[in-house]
Amino acid sequence: MIRLISLVALLLLWQIGAWLSDPHRLPGPAAVFEKIYEEALSGALFSNLAITLARVVAAFALAMSFGAAIGYVMGRNKIADRLLDPWLVVLLNLPALVVIVLAYVWAGLTEVAAIGAVAVNKLPNAIVVVREGARALDPHLEDMAEVFRFSPAARLKHLVLPQLAPYLAAATRSGLSLVWKIVLVVELLGRSNGVGFEINMAFQLFDMKLLLAYALPFVALMLGVETFLVQPLERHVSRWRRGVSRRLDRI
Amino acid sequence: MNDTFRAGGAASLDVSIASKDYHSASGRPLRALEDLRLTLPAGKAGAVVGPSGCGKTTLLRLIAGLDKDFVGTIALPEHGRLGMVFQEPRLLPWRSVTDNIRIAAPHASEEDIAALLDELGLAEHATHFPRELSLGLARRVALARALAAKPDLLLLDEPLVSLDAALARDLREMIARLIDERRITTLVVTHDLREAIALGDRLFLLSARPAHVLATLDVSTPRRHLEKEAAEIIEARAREALAKAHVGPPQSKQ
Ligand SMILES: Nc1ncnc2c1ncn2[C@@H]1O[C@H](COP(=O)(O)OP(=O)(O)OP(=O)(O)O)[C@@H](O)[C@H]1O
Ligand SMILES: [Mg+2]
Repeated sequence: MIRLISLVALLLLWQIGAWLSDPHRLPGPAAVFEKIYEEALSGALFSNLAITLARVVAAFALAMSFGAAIGYVMGRNKIADRLLDPWLVVLLNLPALVVIVLAYVWAGLTEVAAIGAVAVNKLPNAIVVVREGARALDPHLEDMAEVFRFSPAARLKHLVLPQLAPYLAAATRSGLSLVWKIVLVVELLGRSNGVGFEINMAFQLFDMKLLLAYALPFVALMLGVETFLVQPLERHVSRWRRGVSRRLDRI
Repeated sequence: MNDTFRAGGAASLDVSIASKDYHSASGRPLRALEDLRLTLPAGKAGAVVGPSGCGKTTLLRLIAGLDKDFVGTIALPEHGRLGMVFQEPRLLPWRSVTDNIRIAAPHASEEDIAALLDELGLAEHATHFPRELSLGLARRVALARALAAKPDLLLLDEPLVSLDAALARDLREMIARLIDERRITTLVVTHDLREAIALGDRLFLLSARPAHVLATLDVSTPRRHLEKEAAEIIEARAREALAKAHVGPPQSKQ
């Protein structure tokens, strides 16, 4: 309810802003929604959203799987940690723009370069978070697994992943928003489709309606992913923390 | 120098530890065990009694192969499958009671697991998560998990500690019944002499740290029929053995 009020207030503020400035600088909500409808009818909105979303998913999946693997090894192995830490520091401090430009120069204006550049930008953050999680793994439970001769698969499934879950969830939350923002930049600089490309077009044409007509649906989409995918998943993996089963018993 | 090997034959568990040192970052090593020898025939229950902090958990960790940094040899029962109940239950908080048990016995059938739950009075808690259990129940789950692994050697670290008297007695009787029925070679460590007498066929009385075996006593009467007086006689013998080793009652040294 409070969220709804806050959202309405935001729309109101936007409308007031639109009245005060001229429509080319800040078009009002009505005009923007009309434009969204127009772009949706032509199909361009959906195809661009889909393309951008696919890039987000690909880059995110790449960064998370490599990040989790490298972070785990660094968290568990002191030598690997010492060896890779300087690289990690470099990567953490490399501006996103530099990575993107380098990728396009080295690999051309290709899809691989685009997705790779985004993944590399997200990678160090995933590594740092998962490394933290790997360092916090409970040695008592490991002894238990040793005594009962858990297979490596069972160790991963029953011991490691459940303990890393909160860290993976944190990396996912911060990661998704970071990744989609960088995907837009990558599209703007070197792709001929996607939300970032359309926003670039809008900028060139000074078409603020078009710009907002792409920006808003995409924000909404990512909010939807967060609310309906990430959060439920997080609740699912952490359900053991609350007395869920007892409540289920009573039903 | 250490060596853990599997042996068959009469002596099922054969422990001979020359020394076990802990190396802390600061200063000199801490000697936890020194010249500790014990043997246990197959199918028997041994009870190790020693003052707190003397090195009982350390001994179990060495036997379980969790710590290989020691000088000496340890021969395990044939096949060497282990079941262990740690001093704290160490259940997986994110798995239900049933899953916690099943994980230790991936090849056990549903019926086996259900039977085990029944036998330990855990059936009504099968779907609960560990944080919903009292310590007594969690201990029983840990015991069920250890038994599910069908161990050749069962290690129990202070299985009754911090339970109130009634619960401790119930669990003690349950453990005694389970290891008697299954004839599992069992080594239980405790700081409580009476508990040791109630659970062990053979008692190993440990010194204060660095721990070594001061005396070994066989309890010939089957535990289940051990009368109060008989237990008292054994207790008196144990105290006598301790006195002979010039340590008086447990905990007086150091
Ligand atoms: N990992 C370790 N590093 C250094 N010292 C240790 C370590 N583990 C145990 N110790 C020390 O070794 C000695 C024996 O410890 P241990 O836990 O084996 O005793 P215990 O008889 O099981 O004690 P309790 O009755 O409290 O369970 C203690 O002095 C303890 O402080
Ligand atoms: Mg102990």
